[in-house]
Amino acid sequence: MVVLKGRVWKFGDDVDTDVIIPAKYLRSVDKTVWPKHVLEGLDPEFSSKIKPGDIIVAGKNFGCGSSREQAALAIKWAGAAAVVAESFARIFFRNAINNGLPLIEAKGISKAVGEGDVIEIDLDSGGVKTKNGALRSAPLPPFLQEILKSGGLVNYYKAHNK
Amino acid sequence: MGSTAVEKIISSALGRKVSEGEFVEAPVDFAYFHDGTGPLVIDALDEMGVDRINDKEKVGIVFDHSVPPYNDQGATLQAKVRRFARAQGIPRFHDLGDGICHQVIPEKGYVAPGQIVFGADSHTCTLGAFGIFSTGVGATDLAYILATGKTWMKVPETLMVECAGVLDDRVSSKDLILEIVRVIGTDGATYKALEFAGGAVRAMSQASRMTMSNMAVEMGAKTGFIEADDKTAVFLNRPDGKRFKTDRPVPKIEVDAGRLEPQVACPGSVANVKPISEVEGVHIDQAFLGSCTNGRYEDLYEAARLLRHRKIHRDTRMIVIPASKETYIDAQRDGLLDVFLEAGAIIGVTGCGPCLGVHMGVIGENEVCISTSNRNFIGRMGARSSSVYLASPQAVAASAIEGKITDPRRV
Ligand code: SF4
Repeated sequence: MVVLKGRVWKFGDDVDTDVIIPAKYLRSVDKTVWPKHVLEGLDPEFSSKIKPGDIIVAGKNFGCGSSREQAALAIKWAGAAAVVAESFARIFFRNAINNGLPLIEAKGISKAVGEGDVIEIDLDSGGVKTKNGALRSAPLPPFLQEILKSGGLVNYYKAHNK
Repeated sequence: MGSTAVEKIISSALGRKVSEGEFVEAPVDFAYFHDGTGPLVIDALDEMGVDRINDKEKVGIVFDHSVPPYNDQGATLQAKVRRFARAQGIPRFHDLGDGICHQVIPEKGYVAPGQIVFGADSHTCTLGAFGIFSTGVGATDLAYILATGKTWMKVPETLMVECAGVLDDRVSSKDLILEIVRVIGTDGATYKALEFAGGAVRAMSQASRMTMSNMAVEMGAKTGFIEADDKTAVFLNRPDGKRFKTDRPVPKIEVDAGRLEPQVACPGSVANVKPISEVEGVHIDQAFLGSCTNGRYEDLYEAARLLRHRKIHRDTRMIVIPASKETYIDAQRDGLLDVFLEAGAIIGVTGCGPCLGVHMGVIGENEVCISTSNRNFIGRMGARSSSVYLASPQAVAASAIEGKITDPRRV
């Protein structure tokens, strides 16, 4: 059972990939640049506030916009343990799983938690515990969980193609 | 019971009947990426330990995002992709200046109706306009496809958008798709396949259909499917494709193209769409005509029709970028580029141009741009305080002449 517990940073609906990581940083050869600008479009100081193990909570359509994988990587490398949202844009969803960043789609999460709350999420069951009660969500299908547990698609490939 | 066109494409690829909601691993007929996503694709292949890709004949690479590179880092990354293309012997490699990937891949006839096509770019949904199941993915997904020739996906539900009526003169498929985004919203089609149908779509040119399919992802959709017909085969120069039809009931939205006035998506969200009459008069600093949404010949032609013998307003600049080299050559041959130059516009190098806000016309603090592209997120084309209005080529040309947002029917 994989249970993650962390402090919440809260964002609204339609958080797009351009605010998660503006295009001007994508060309950098130095990948440590990306997490330094994570979510800069909404909160220029965010990269200095987030601590390893924190959890990002958002409204609907998180990660909409471009296919830039740097959006998922910037969030993961900035230390976020997971993202919990009302819903995700599909390319971001794939990119997160493929890079081993856990996601949970939990209806009602925006109302149930506030910034700074501590929540607990169970990746196997899709459950989320908040101080205002528990939320249920559909767990990821088994083979997506397997990709996630391998640490992403690259490792999954390596494990299955020897 | 019948199936949706997308179900039929995936069923035909797998050799067994599949239905919406099923997770499958499907073979991919063609995969492509550009200079923006390429370096990450190559890194992922390296990490996977893949020396030889699965099938070099099923891959396209098009440099379009920074053309030509604007700094040494961009140049270094492009050199890395170039070396990869050579080492793998990839024949369908388009270096700087051939055009935007979503334009070049179909223009060259690399794809055909009935195929499954994946691209490492969110606007790969554009190819849905050719009766293809096409969708955008990230770089790691694309690397997996290059390595194995396959990918995982969920067979999507279809949401049909039936467009009746005939578009008025100076009202374009861009106005129609903006209206549809307004109705569906930025996440109303998440994980779904949109299918555009009806008299208005059948009457449209293949280029206008591409504009519609291009914006499917702005509603969260996987693809913007349109049934292929003879126009499709002519555009692709591919009479060999398979044509599939949806023949079971699916959820449907109806839109009347005949009653439509020009539309504008106001800053911040692509769904923040208003009839142009409500935003007329907003001062603009820049007008951009181009991108994979509206950089094709007919877009340039319609804009030139309004700009002929006219001048761009002195408080405004206009940037015109043909979507591909082929478009550029055609526009030059027919004198369209002269019209733009004489009106005072700047013609940019073929590629994405200022669409993604890194070069070739980035906008500054508090500046306003009216653009034919597909995204107007905060800071998309430059400074965080800048704003972007999305509109048709006709509206962009009319606004450039007046220096403020203007209904093209009045120019
Ligand atoms: S023109 Fe704009 S939207 Fe189209 S591929 Fe290029 S950057 Fe993306």
